[in-house]
Amino acid sequence: MSYIIKGETGDWEVVIGLEVHAQVISAAKLFSSASTSFGSEPNSNVAFVDAAMPGMLPTINETCVEQAVRTGLGLKAKINHRSVFARKNYFYADLPQGYQISQYDQPIVGEGIILLDMPDGSVRSVGIERLHLEQDAGKSIHDIHPTKSFIDLNRAGVALMEIVSKPDMRSPDEAGAYLKKMRSILRYLGTCDGNMEEGNMRCDANVSVRPVGSTELRTRCEIKNVNSVRFVMQAIEHEAKRHIDVYESGGKIDQETRLYDSNKGETRTMRSKEFAHDYRYFPDPDLLPLEFDEAYVAAIKAKLPELPDDKKDRFMREYGLTAYDAGVLVAEKENADFFETVAKGRDAKLANNWVSNNLFSVINTRGITIAESPISAKNLGRLIDLISDNTISGRLAKDVFEIMVETGKAPDAIVEERGLKQITDTGAIEKAVDSVLAANPEKVAQVKAGKEALIGWFVGQIMKATQGKANPAMCQELLKKKLAQ
Amino acid sequence: MTDLTRFTIAQAREHLRKKDFSALELADAHIKAMETHRDLNAFIVETADLARERAKESDFRIKSGNALPLDGIPLGIKDLFCTEGVQTTAGSHILKGFRPNYESTVSQKLRDAGSVMLGKLNLDEFAMGSSNKTSYYGHVKNPWKARGHATELVPGGSSGGSAAAVSAHLAMGATGTDTGGSIRQPAAFCGIVGVKPTYGRCSRWGIVAFASSLDQAGPMTRTVRDAAIMLNVMTGHDPKDSTSMPTKMPDVEAVLGQGVKGLRIGVPKEYRPAGLNAEVGALWDKGAQWLKDAGAEIVEIDLPHTKYALPTYYIVAPAEASSNLARYDGVRYGLRVPGKSLDDMYAKTRAEGFGKEVKRRILIGTYVLSAGYYDAYYLKAQKVRALIAQDFEKAFGKVDAILTPTAPTAAFGLNDKVDDPVAMYLNDVFTVPASLAGIPGASVPAGLNAHGLPLGLQVLTKRWDEATLFRVCQVLEDAAKFPGLRGGA
Repeated sequence: MSYIIKGETGDWEVVIGLEVHAQVISAAKLFSSASTSFGSEPNSNVAFVDAAMPGMLPTINETCVEQAVRTGLGLKAKINHRSVFARKNYFYADLPQGYQISQYDQPIVGEGIILLDMPDGSVRSVGIERLHLEQDAGKSIHDIHPTKSFIDLNRAGVALMEIVSKPDMRSPDEAGAYLKKMRSILRYLGTCDGNMEEGNMRCDANVSVRPVGSTELRTRCEIKNVNSVRFVMQAIEHEAKRHIDVYESGGKIDQETRLYDSNKGETRTMRSKEFAHDYRYFPDPDLLPLEFDEAYVAAIKAKLPELPDDKKDRFMREYGLTAYDAGVLVAEKENADFFETVAKGRDAKLANNWVSNNLFSVINTRGITIAESPISAKNLGRLIDLISDNTISGRLAKDVFEIMVETGKAPDAIVEERGLKQITDTGAIEKAVDSVLAANPEKVAQVKAGKEALIGWFVGQIMKATQGKANPAMCQELLKKKLAQ
Repeated sequence: MTDLTRFTIAQAREHLRKKDFSALELADAHIKAMETHRDLNAFIVETADLARERAKESDFRIKSGNALPLDGIPLGIKDLFCTEGVQTTAGSHILKGFRPNYESTVSQKLRDAGSVMLGKLNLDEFAMGSSNKTSYYGHVKNPWKARGHATELVPGGSSGGSAAAVSAHLAMGATGTDTGGSIRQPAAFCGIVGVKPTYGRCSRWGIVAFASSLDQAGPMTRTVRDAAIMLNVMTGHDPKDSTSMPTKMPDVEAVLGQGVKGLRIGVPKEYRPAGLNAEVGALWDKGAQWLKDAGAEIVEIDLPHTKYALPTYYIVAPAEASSNLARYDGVRYGLRVPGKSLDDMYAKTRAEGFGKEVKRRILIGTYVLSAGYYDAYYLKAQKVRALIAQDFEKAFGKVDAILTPTAPTAAFGLNDKVDDPVAMYLNDVFTVPASLAGIPGASVPAGLNAHGLPLGLQVLTKRWDEATLFRVCQVLEDAAKFPGLRGGA
């Protein structure tokens, strides 16, 4: 499913690498004990070191180190037992130190891999170049006062993981799948909330194009801070077209940083190469190299949860689901857990149908999460039980499901209250069959003359007469018996 | 009544415990001296009221039999240490009026030990200088003058206010910080003892940073014993400073009587370049002889990379400084000069707030870290730094301590070397190598030159071996019988 852009001079392909900034889940900041809680009063979560007061020194928060190692393991990456924090020097009003403490040539995590679940059920592998720990900056607010800017340092010093992919993606779809998979892994690991809208997962996209068949890497542009999966995909599409237009009209692409304007659907220059910062990276002399041994890594590894890829394999194996169905279920851990509760001891395919088709469509329509589902996993399981033990028919089950969505009640109660219990009493069904047959003598004659298809019509009439409660299989059986007489 | 400022810390400690005089009386005597000698410009801020308050608290503890190790001892604190509620400037305009809400670990330890802070001592701006002439708050005068001359002399730097105050008996001791010689060189110029412990001994938390991988606090006193008393209090692992080490600190006061018998003392030939000041050279020989007479063996050693130390230092220190000083941007504290834009405000604030020497070092540091120059300067300098450390490591395989001059000359005139930064930098030629290696070093006043000005000898030992350092210093002090400013400490 290759993504080819037709230009005037020929076919082009796009080369994409993504840098994800993921905010580490930890109570305190990377180098201070200030809280990371979201939505506090401006400048209330600020330690002296976060404000870069004179003489203040950073000390590493071990939780953040653990989270980075955990994430590295989740990306099947090489964990570096020795890494070095470096200062990235630049001036900005919301960067109190005048430098960001980051990692440069010796990051905590090296090469890894991530598997993308494509919409057609296929799997693509994308390389991870590295993961490093760094401080977030504060926030500049320019719209409170006409001439003044306001600074909020609550975010300053919060730990981020910068996760850099290799330039392995070839379509906006793959970039989208990459971000979704990354978010899924981070959430499974509990190392990042992965919420792009709130900004605790941010993405920069490096985009270049080349003629199909070529293996060169042309000049790339970096599109900064795009805040949703959809916008990342759109931005890549626009940027690739821009590159092709420039090349085809004889121009050249300059390496630069660009911004995506989702309203206008275009990217524009943020900082050209001439104004690129010289960050003057050097090892931070306030911090010793970060060192730990294999036992430390092993202890974290031992506590890793089952990750999406493993869960997907298991769902295919244990529940006989297709790759696509399993992929949909495991994307969110909460969905997968919900499914497993429903499927436990029941028909897995039936469970998957009810969860992935019926329930997810309700969830998506309402724009809620599975945690807010009006139907609990237990009740959905009961509904399936009622179908399996013939208490209700599949047709009535859909009605019961709708009532469950509306009322949140247990299916047994609904069936009981509304008298929806399937009629399996032969005598009662026989009575209904007899009265329908008696009312339609000419149709009976047609069936006897060989028009067997009319049997379905008779079943429908009987169901109508019993408000759908008659057991359809029993109706069929009785009808055939009577019509054969 | 006896002048209470003549005592050493050790003596005053005894007298206070015996209640020969009170801590308040001792504080008052020093406050009076401080006020009488304002012409030295040793203090940027005097905290007389605070001192009296703390002295009273000391008296209360002494009376109730709960005397702390430094109870009632009046000390000056270099204005590079952040002091809670008391203006801290680092000698710079850019921090004028800055009052921290926190106390540096070292000054806190001294405070917790009962010492009485007299005020904040003048220094070269951000501790960058060897003459104390770069302070925004005016230069400090050396209390010493050449015999028969009225010429004002520099106290050395950057801890020039500390050295002058202790030498002139305005304070019984003072804190200093040493990045490339900033404790040892002014100690030598003012005829006092100055100790830079092993890098990692004293917490740097709360000390305004100059060059983080080199900065180290230490005591400046009139006697070796006093330095030991102060250092015992100042050191210790601090979890707030990642570069502070948990290595156990020996009781350096307890080792003072142990002498140097059987120790091997190295004399590095690289520290005797052609053209070394003859008096400095002669004093060095004398010092070696004193140690030999006390039972040590003198061994000539090689420190082959010594000549690269100064250029290495003037890459590493400015590089770190250029980054450390980026925080002084006018946004959160200190001086702000308004501008048309954020960049304009930065430029104006930093242009006005920093002095010439600080700007010079920021420029050098920015240059050596720049893309395309990093490998040739900073990275190369780090490699040379490792070789210099290795020189010392090898030497300490053969010897227990090293003896050198502290500075190439005695204190120079206030108007000398004004326009030649390189000549100024050469002052640190003997002190910088130990800073780069992170080893402890001390300067002991060892004699006077022909003009009656103090000269110091420097003792170096291996990392964490402050015990040997103090043993050697004590022997030198005993042999030198240095007269002190008042003809006897």
